[in-house]
Amino acid sequence: MIPAYLLLLITLVGIVFFGFTRHKADMGKINVWFNAVSLFATVWLAINVFNHGTILSAEKAFLVDSFNVYLIVLTAFIGLTTSIFSAPYMEHEKELGKLTDNRLKLYYSMYQGFMLAMYLVLTTNNMGVMWVAMEGATLATVLLVSLYRTPESIEAAWKYFILCGVGIAQALFGTILLYYAAVQIGDGENALLWSELFQHANQLNPEVLQIAFVFLLIGYGTKIGLVPLHNWLPDAHSEGPTPMSAVLSGLLLNDALYAVVRSKMLVDGATHSDMAGYLMMSFGLLSFLVGALFLHRQKDIKRLFSYSSIEHMGLMTFAFGVGGSLATFAGLLHMTVHSLTKSAIFVTVGHAAQVAGTQRMDKIRGLIKTQPKIGWGLLIGTISIAGFPPFGVFTSEFLVLLATMHSYPWLTLPLLLGIGIAFAGLFRHIQPMVYGEKPEGQQPVKANLLPVMLHLALVLWLGLAIPSFLANWFSQATVLISGSSPL
Amino acid sequence: MNIESQDFYTQIILSMAALVGLTSFLMLGQGRLLRLIFMFAVQGLLLTLTTAVAAYSLNNHHLYISAVLTLALKVIFIPWMLRNEVLKTNLHRDVEALANQTAVMLGGASLMVFSYYVLHPIVQTTSPVMLNALAVSLSVMLLGMLLMISHKQAIAHVVGFMSIENGLFFAAIVATKGMPMVVELGIAFDVLVAAVLFGIFFFHIRSSIDSLDVDLLNKLHEVDK
Repeated sequence: MIPAYLLLLITLVGIVFFGFTRHKADMGKINVWFNAVSLFATVWLAINVFNHGTILSAEKAFLVDSFNVYLIVLTAFIGLTTSIFSAPYMEHEKELGKLTDNRLKLYYSMYQGFMLAMYLVLTTNNMGVMWVAMEGATLATVLLVSLYRTPESIEAAWKYFILCGVGIAQALFGTILLYYAAVQIGDGENALLWSELFQHANQLNPEVLQIAFVFLLIGYGTKIGLVPLHNWLPDAHSEGPTPMSAVLSGLLLNDALYAVVRSKMLVDGATHSDMAGYLMMSFGLLSFLVGALFLHRQKDIKRLFSYSSIEHMGLMTFAFGVGGSLATFAGLLHMTVHSLTKSAIFVTVGHAAQVAGTQRMDKIRGLIKTQPKIGWGLLIGTISIAGFPPFGVFTSEFLVLLATMHSYPWLTLPLLLGIGIAFAGLFRHIQPMVYGEKPEGQQPVKANLLPVMLHLALVLWLGLAIPSFLANWFSQATVLISGSSPL
Repeated sequence: MNIESQDFYTQIILSMAALVGLTSFLMLGQGRLLRLIFMFAVQGLLLTLTTAVAAYSLNNHHLYISAVLTLALKVIFIPWMLRNEVLKTNLHRDVEALANQTAVMLGGASLMVFSYYVLHPIVQTTSPVMLNALAVSLSVMLLGMLLMISHKQAIAHVVGFMSIENGLFFAAIVATKGMPMVVELGIAFDVLVAAVLFGIFFFHIRSSIDSLDVDLLNKLHEVDK
């Protein structure tokens, strides 16, 4: 458990450090180092879990099992690569006069604050603390959405704050109901511990748990960006600084889904019905289709990709809702590949917007001619997210389709339709942006595309072959979630 | 269920539930911001009393800490902050014209009925007292949302937001005799940070649109106009 404590300590030190630092020139680099140490801690944690299996800390406050261990490493990895991207990017924004030193301090401090909240959501064993940390993530990011202090960004941040705050309050009501069901069978202080609840799930009152799950799904679903609770998401993504969009899409949405799946495991154990699954399937499918359709109407490049996030989160929610070993396995894989691809895309999009000096897609032209690395990065990223082979997104989407065909054959039709619509929606916008002549006077910017290449290479690797330790974790997690093995 | 046949603690809880629900309705129909904030503080005070009574009757000492936290945050700090904001922006002279007030009040009443309907299945396994407590909490949450929908001022939105928290808190105290200490402290911390952030936001919104009317926050659209 030492690495988990270390992880939380580092990020906590990070918040305080950036709050009071005087090294204003090197904050970007220092942020990279903080995240590098965090990644080191998570890898250490992962090796421990690999060698000894599930780890439960002394007072059962923290739990790391095969379901969350890879998400923890993924969080730290994307946190690191995004911080590598963010250092020169934020420097550039400062040169453009959009930011001051003090706001950069706030940015880096809250970057660590957000990472702390994410690690806490993932490692905690207490459903109540999970809620507190999830709300903490909103609070940490809300001032980052309005970092540029433009009227639009303040509007987006207000919307984000109110919608997510009210939404997540529903999840707290769900948690209270869960606790209410739990104190009827056990003692008070341990009654919110997930490991205890899971062990005694079949004794929990099914009526109460059903109502609780509805609230938990709506609450955390607001954070996942499930339609119709998604309104904050495109605004927050498009108006905040780009590194924030990358971590919001890559990490926050995943972790909210993680919370829902953890809750679903309890409810399934208690009710022995498919109620939770059906709810997730319908919300997921709706989000998937609406997200795909809205791709066509976007003008802003970051809004475009935030709708793509809604679409993919919908697909994952659907997959976990279908349940069964194959769909769950696919859902876990899709969480990984989507995070990697989407954060890579947002990094490229950030550079593309700096090249063109705007986020409006009709003004972004000729990226390949101006700066081939950015143009190709965006194109390959889009190909990957649209679900083309040989990238990992193809593998996971294919598995979802396969599982759906097996369990609910009719639902394959809307899924295929959605994938087609999304593909068209993405490419009608991306094609003219990357190809074609460059506008006069468009200059390349200083860009570090190492994170993008690294992410896309990993997604490619996952599409071709899943390394055995990861496959092992995925199948263990699948057994844990769905009760049967995928292999 | 006859209220006279219940023990003292249960009677107190039921009366408190009724009063907390009543304050939510009073807030819903209130067009003057200062009175709205006052009603919010009253609701906070009722919560503090409920918590203190629960702590005393159940002999549960950590609930006293919750009671003090509630008193400090929901009765003193947040109302004080909001009141300052209202006085600073001279909003206390305005009476917000609430559109469709009758419909909003009727909607509020139906939300309360709806809360009872949603939570009715739990009656099979617990006492009707619990149903009342949980249903009132849920309706306080829903009424908070309705308050946010029907009012335009950002300050009213914050009152609605915080009153949703009040509903949750009431459920936690009454139904489960308080959450574990670590969770409760975490929630109080989140509420505190949220309150501070709201203060910062008032400043930003005022400097951006020169008003706190959130209907003017309408620059972001799905498509260009």
